[in-house]
Amino acid sequence: MSENKDPREYWAANVRLILISLVIWAVVSFGFGIVLRPLLAGISVGGTDLGFWFAQQGSILVFLVLIFFYAWRMNRLDREYGVDEE
Amino acid sequence: MDQFTLNLLFVGASFALYIGIAVWARAGSTAEFYAAGRGVHPVTNGMATAADWMSAASFISMAGLIAFTGYDNSSFLMGWTGGYVLLALLLAPYLRKFGKFTVSEFIGDRFYSPTARMVAVICLLVASITYVIGQMQGVGIAFGRFLEIDAFWGLLIGACVVFAYAVFGGMKGVTYTQVAQYCVLITAYTIPAIFISLQLTGTPVPALGLFGEHTASGEPLLAKLNQIVTDLGFNEYTAAHGSTINMVLFTLSLMIGTAGLPHVIMRFFTVPRVSDARWSAGWTLVFIALLYLTAPAVGAMARLNISELMWPNGTDGEAVSVEQIESDPEYAWMATWQKTGLLGWEDKNGDGRIQYYNDANEELQERATANGWEGNELTNFNRDILVLANPEIANLPGWVIGLVAAGGLAAALSTAAGLLLAISSAVSHDLLKGQLTPNMSEKSELLAARISMAAAIVVAVLLGLNPPGFAAQTVALAFGLAAASIFPALMMGIFSTRINNVGAVAGMLAGLVVTLLYIFLHKGWFFIPDTNTFTDANPLLGPVQSTSFGAIGAAVNFAVAFVVSGMTKETPQEIKDLVESVRVPRGAGTAVDH
Repeated sequence: MSENKDPREYWAANVRLILISLVIWAVVSFGFGIVLRPLLAGISVGGTDLGFWFAQQGSILVFLVLIFFYAWRMNRLDREYGVDEE
Repeated sequence: MDQFTLNLLFVGASFALYIGIAVWARAGSTAEFYAAGRGVHPVTNGMATAADWMSAASFISMAGLIAFTGYDNSSFLMGWTGGYVLLALLLAPYLRKFGKFTVSEFIGDRFYSPTARMVAVICLLVASITYVIGQMQGVGIAFGRFLEIDAFWGLLIGACVVFAYAVFGGMKGVTYTQVAQYCVLITAYTIPAIFISLQLTGTPVPALGLFGEHTASGEPLLAKLNQIVTDLGFNEYTAAHGSTINMVLFTLSLMIGTAGLPHVIMRFFTVPRVSDARWSAGWTLVFIALLYLTAPAVGAMARLNISELMWPNGTDGEAVSVEQIESDPEYAWMATWQKTGLLGWEDKNGDGRIQYYNDANEELQERATANGWEGNELTNFNRDILVLANPEIANLPGWVIGLVAAGGLAAALSTAAGLLLAISSAVSHDLLKGQLTPNMSEKSELLAARISMAAAIVVAVLLGLNPPGFAAQTVALAFGLAAASIFPALMMGIFSTRINNVGAVAGMLAGLVVTLLYIFLHKGWFFIPDTNTFTDANPLLGPVQSTSFGAIGAAVNFAVAFVVSGMTKETPQEIKDLVESVRVPRGAGTAVDH
């Protein structure tokens, strides 16, 4: 474990990861679920369209994946930069 | 055994279980009240947090709002789950590293100002009391149904029970009681949903049944539902009807509000490690998602069942007769719910049948005139009764109905009691002891806590007599207030070193005041009817309804804080160091009391 890495780099890497995650968060809910729903109107799912599925099911499933992914990735980042809890 | 006794049995047994666990857990460890989460596995902690967070709004009210509006109310589903992403990524790990117990303490320390702490307490109180109003509505409905009395008396009895429950105290802090409450709540929610999904689609998983095939007609369930509701002149279930801008803002307000609610954030202060705070948010969402993925299926299937009960011969045939409603056991639930004053019907045209349709729809007028209909005859259907009435509507066995009553009460009581504890500790600990009378003895602090709890219940009941909306809508207003005041201050406190004491105070006040003003202008001052200047049908700012304003209030908060901080003295170096240390997990001790 390297202890010498710059903590500012650690923070920048964290902010980058947060931004990527939040883009996905916004695209599935505000995007596919609401604003972009007309674009997905052609893809039908059980009597309705994909946008409806994202609004009532899909976005929740993606949120779950996002939180677990972030937790896993950050815990690894903590160790890489030597800032994890001993 | 009649239904009344059965309900009493289930509710009584569940209460005995919670009290039993509280007593047992206390005997095992008398660990401090607020630190109950420490040393508890993230999965267990997640389950307890889910019970704490899912309230009457989620359990009793939400599916009903979705059932009668369809797609447009998807905001509740995305908003109340998406907030956990913000919580996990932007707040939870850093607040855990900071290592104190309350949200207002963080704000007071980070913005090096007792005034900031005081303002945070006020924001917290305003949001929490609004939240309690919504809970009391749910409690009133649940008690009204299960004691078979008017919802008003249900509210009063419920208020007494909640007060006793909260004063009895410790219960809320004991994680294992909440785990039991979660189990009761989720079982009560999913069992009827599974039964109904099997009846309608043959699929045991409601979330899949929603997009499955309606066995009786061979069509997709949602297509069948769309056809029935449009036949009766209502809006198509799966289509969007409201404003897109309003829906985006409403969803965003609920998300930001979730991440700004003090009683949820508090749970993440006490997990053992920073990395556990990250995992714990994920596990909480897993347990919340079990209910939230089921809720839209409950809504859609109940809407289909109700429409078919009202039109047993199909939407082209004759409506249900008054005689059948009064004698057929399948319709017995209508008479029971009529007693609560939340369901009503009236044979306006005297044809001995109850026509349920949308009489505001021009296209249906021709058919109505031809058949001698004189308006919709299912005159009152309170959305908040849908989930509790659902097993009766679907003609499920009596024990399922009793189970749902117990589940609804578990959801409403646990959250209401938790909020009352948060309110009382804010008043007695943060406000009185922390600011006004620091020399207060522990005994008088406890007394002040009890008095403020009683006061909060009285205020909530008084304001709850004229609720500003259905339970979930009232709760949505509370989320808007939390979104506009608390969340921005916490986020800026972690992600920016530029924001100083003056900026944070000005931002919180600006966000809270504009949001409160916007709500009162639309819902009436202190929710008193007819004191409003605008209505949500015709809001002040274009399509923005009062429940959606929280996101704008949050933007105002951010903007004011940045501008004011830029004009005033820079943040001192030791505060910058504090922010730097909060950003890395290393060196996190256990949470410490003041």
